[in-house]
Amino acid sequence: MSNLVKNIVRFMLFVLVQVFVLNHVPPLHHLVVPYLYFLFILWLPFKMGRRSVMILAFLLGFCLDCFTKTYGLHSAPCVLIAYFRPFLINLLISQEGAETNYNEPSIKSMGFAQYFIYATVLTFIHHSLLFFLQALQSGGYLYFLIKTLLSTAVSLILVLLTELLFVRKQRFRTNTV
Amino acid sequence: MRNIFLFIRIYSNFIFFLILMGVSLVMLINFNHYQHAAYSATAGEITGKVNSQINNVEYYFQLKKTNDSLVKANANLYNKLKQDYELPDSATKLAIDTIQIDTTFHRRKYLYMPAKVVGNSVSQANNYLQVHRGSQEGVTPDLGVTDINNSVVGTVVDVSKNYAVIMSLLHRQSNISAKLKRSGETGSIVWDGIKPNIVTLKDISKDVKIKKGDTVITSGFSDKFPFGLLIGTVYEVLNDKASSTYLIKIKTAADFYNLQYVNIINNLQKDEPQQLLKSVKKVNE
Repeated sequence: MSNLVKNIVRFMLFVLVQVFVLNHVPPLHHLVVPYLYFLFILWLPFKMGRRSVMILAFLLGFCLDCFTKTYGLHSAPCVLIAYFRPFLINLLISQEGAETNYNEPSIKSMGFAQYFIYATVLTFIHHSLLFFLQALQSGGYLYFLIKTLLSTAVSLILVLLTELLFVRKQRFRTNTV
Repeated sequence: MRNIFLFIRIYSNFIFFLILMGVSLVMLINFNHYQHAAYSATAGEITGKVNSQINNVEYYFQLKKTNDSLVKANANLYNKLKQDYELPDSATKLAIDTIQIDTTFHRRKYLYMPAKVVGNSVSQANNYLQVHRGSQEGVTPDLGVTDINNSVVGTVVDVSKNYAVIMSLLHRQSNISAKLKRSGETGSIVWDGIKPNIVTLKDISKDVKIKKGDTVITSGFSDKFPFGLLIGTVYEVLNDKASSTYLIKIKTAADFYNLQYVNIINNLQKDEPQQLLKSVKKVNE
């Protein structure tokens, strides 16, 4: 499957899973809201331009917003993590030339610890902005902090489960390509 | 001038980021108060179609519960039939009607329109329902919505051709006038965004005696709901030390976890009091 088709399918799957599965899970607790759809942004190819990543992130958030009727609430955090993504990748890439050897960020291409940090930081940034925007309407900042931390933890478990269940085949490409 | 272009070129990514962020924040600020967004009618049609496809499947899992509540609603209606009541003879005393107006002519005030729920959420900070009935079938914004057993669910906020979006009670901007059935005190129902199925009744002064389990009904002050619809029962009474009023936690009568059908209430006499109010305001100005 070509890269473009793969990402289009992923985009739709992530939005549908988030809207019709995760948003419908009977709340475990009112502090825990599981989010997974932003994994799409984490999985975008290394060599994609920063602006196109941001546009895609905005579209992803906007699609979700159309379903939850909260225009802008999810697109703002998505754009933010799309902006921070390249900085983190530059910091965390350990092997020389991993960006050229592999197609997209994964446990295999970055190493487990690096990938875990990458996912944790972006999840945390996403959740803090999302719940901060929600808290602006109501106040309750201790509630916001606890909600961010707990939801980040649950989302990370979901991210890890997804990584384990759906192994992405990563072809090793040589530098010479 | 050259420096400006240089600046833009160096920080182009950052500027692009700021633009996209700005767009989302403007959308968030402008369109989240339940005004219509320009694109929300189109988006409503598309998401409505997807939602109703998914709901076709989901509906089967809740058939049993839906059926139970329909049976309950039917029993309720049967209990209101005239043949269930026996009139004592004294009530049928002969009297000459001196009123000139035809009193048998009742004008309909509220019209109930059933609608199928296709989308529903409870876990967000602001929750909406989407129903398969739109402007073509007589739904307009600002109508009240109740569940099958006629307990309050929310307010219509946005309408497209075939679908309508309902702001449920579980929404930060939801504000419904309510009344304690036993003592008659009025207050307003809001949601603190924390637990689904638990809302807060505000503005009840501390002189009123409230027991757990007291019934809360609509006050009939707003033009959306008729008087006396069930909202919920008192779940917990919190003593707000900062003010002279209680914060009362109410367990909603409508079960937001499984709503399959709702009634949209159209108030046919809505315009008259509004025009009256407008003309009074005009005189006072």
